[in-house]
Amino acid sequence: MYDSGKIIIGIGIFLLFVAFPFYYTAIGKPVVKPDPRIDTPAIQAMEKKQCVESKNAMKTLHMQMLNDWRDAVVRDGQRFYVATDGKTYNMSLQNTCMHCHSNKKKFCDECHNYMAVKPYCWDCHIEPKEGA
Amino acid sequence: MAIKRREFLKIAGLSVAAGLGGFSAFTGLRSGILEASQYVRDPKELKASRWGLVIDMSKLNQEDIRRIMDVCHKKHNVPAIPNPKDEIKWIWPESFEHSFPGQESPYMGDAIKHQPYLVLCNHCDNPPCVRVCPTKATFKRADGIVMMDMHRCIGCRFCMAACPYGARSFNWRDPRPFIKEMNPEFPTRMKGVVEKCTFCYELLAVGKPPACVEHSNGGIVFGDLKDPNSEIRKIIATKFTIRRKPDLGTLPSVFYVVSDKENKGGHEHVG
Ligand code: HEC
Ligand code: HEC
Ligand code: HEC
Repeated sequence: MYDSGKIIIGIGIFLLFVAFPFYYTAIGKPVVKPDPRIDTPAIQAMEKKQCVESKNAMKTLHMQMLNDWRDAVVRDGQRFYVATDGKTYNMSLQNTCMHCHSNKKKFCDECHNYMAVKPYCWDCHIEPKEGA
Repeated sequence: MAIKRREFLKIAGLSVAAGLGGFSAFTGLRSGILEASQYVRDPKELKASRWGLVIDMSKLNQEDIRRIMDVCHKKHNVPAIPNPKDEIKWIWPESFEHSFPGQESPYMGDAIKHQPYLVLCNHCDNPPCVRVCPTKATFKRADGIVMMDMHRCIGCRFCMAACPYGARSFNWRDPRPFIKEMNPEFPTRMKGVVEKCTFCYELLAVGKPPACVEHSNGGIVFGDLKDPNSEIRKIIATKFTIRRKPDLGTLPSVFYVVSDKENKGGHEHVG
């Protein structure tokens, strides 16, 4: 066989490159699970700390809920949401969700960064003011 | 075993029916997750069959116009961009010949000819902007308001080409640096979308009049054009009003009483 030495070195380099993503992530930072915090003044002041719907429903459906809310408000002119428990909420991202979850960075972004979703809502909807 | 054509058609028909039924059960499920929840309106909501405005120019001076414009723009986070090419406006002053081309005459008094007229989206009954919008981002509500859904706007600007009143502005640049005082309760817009007046639909929904009406000291009256007993209909019935570019057939919902301020509705002398 000709040039077997060069070929073996070549294969070695090739494998090094192909496997790059695997060992790069393996030696990279350990991935921390998101830990959305609910320690905002508005939520602290609540007697029973609960969201618009159950925690489980919010976790899995909040994107759909926001989508439904904006259609209801902007397209149908309906402004209020009566939740499963009978409580009424103003259907507003800025004035309702972010009133309680005023810690966007430690709440919404915590999950979204982990999931690599980047809602474009904040190009228009005003984020709550946060220290740091 | 052979089946007859008739049998085959029966089975085929039944399967299609079953398929359609299955489909609707599935879509029913999607919204059924939070089944007990519902959307409601404010009982105080102001309703009409067709909203309209009468702008009485004999009651509005330059100062009023400036104030109304400021209130509207501040409330809706409309940026103040100095370069007129990039300007965004929902309600603004315009000269007579730009507001009402073809309706001037050589004998018109200077006061009428040279005063600024307050113009905004006409919320047309036959809106060309709605017809051309490819995404239904702009649409006509049942109460006549020509609405903008910013979430659907793709910035194609067909609506701007279609609107004969220049009532729409395009965000050529990020508007945020040009908003002096941000109203934290209303969103801004972003680069690449078109915007305009929405008749303060967000205020009507909670029982309040549009901001321009509220801050006009009686110079602007709003009401239901389809209700013969409304104040707005009484004004239109008794005073001579004009609309912008009526010959285009867009049927504007904004009417103007044009007369100069000193005459307060006008005692014209036949000379
Ligand atoms: C009245 C205050 C309040 C409002 C308004 C509110 N939330 Fe919450 N939210 C909470 C609280 C409290 C929790 C924690 C619930 C629990 O632990 O059971 C929570 C939980 C959540 C969760 C789940 C977090 C997790 O750890 O899994 C999401 C997602 C969420 N909210 C999104 C939203 C969105 C989106 C809106 C607007 C549609 C909204 N919230 C409006 C108070 C609120
Ligand atoms: C418990 C974790 C979690 C929290 C807390 C959370 N989200 Fe999410 N959010 C997600 C996940 C996961 C997705 C992506 C779902 C998908 O891609 O199908 C998502 C998607 C979205 C989307 C749709 C994005 C898109 O591009 O389609 C919006 C809007 C959104 N979230 C808003 C919010 C807001 C506002 C808050 C804070 C009030 C919030 N979320 C808090 C987990 C979370
Ligand atoms: C191009 C600008 C723009 C973007 C981007 C945008 N919105 Fe909006 N949104 C608006 C405007 C303007 C309104 C009308 C506000 C009103 O009438 O109070 C609105 C209204 C809403 C409403 C109902 C009223 C309120 O106060 O919240 C919801 C809910 C909403 N948007 C959700 C979203 C979500 C979720 C996203 C991101 C996935 C998003 N929007 C992205 C401009 C935008």
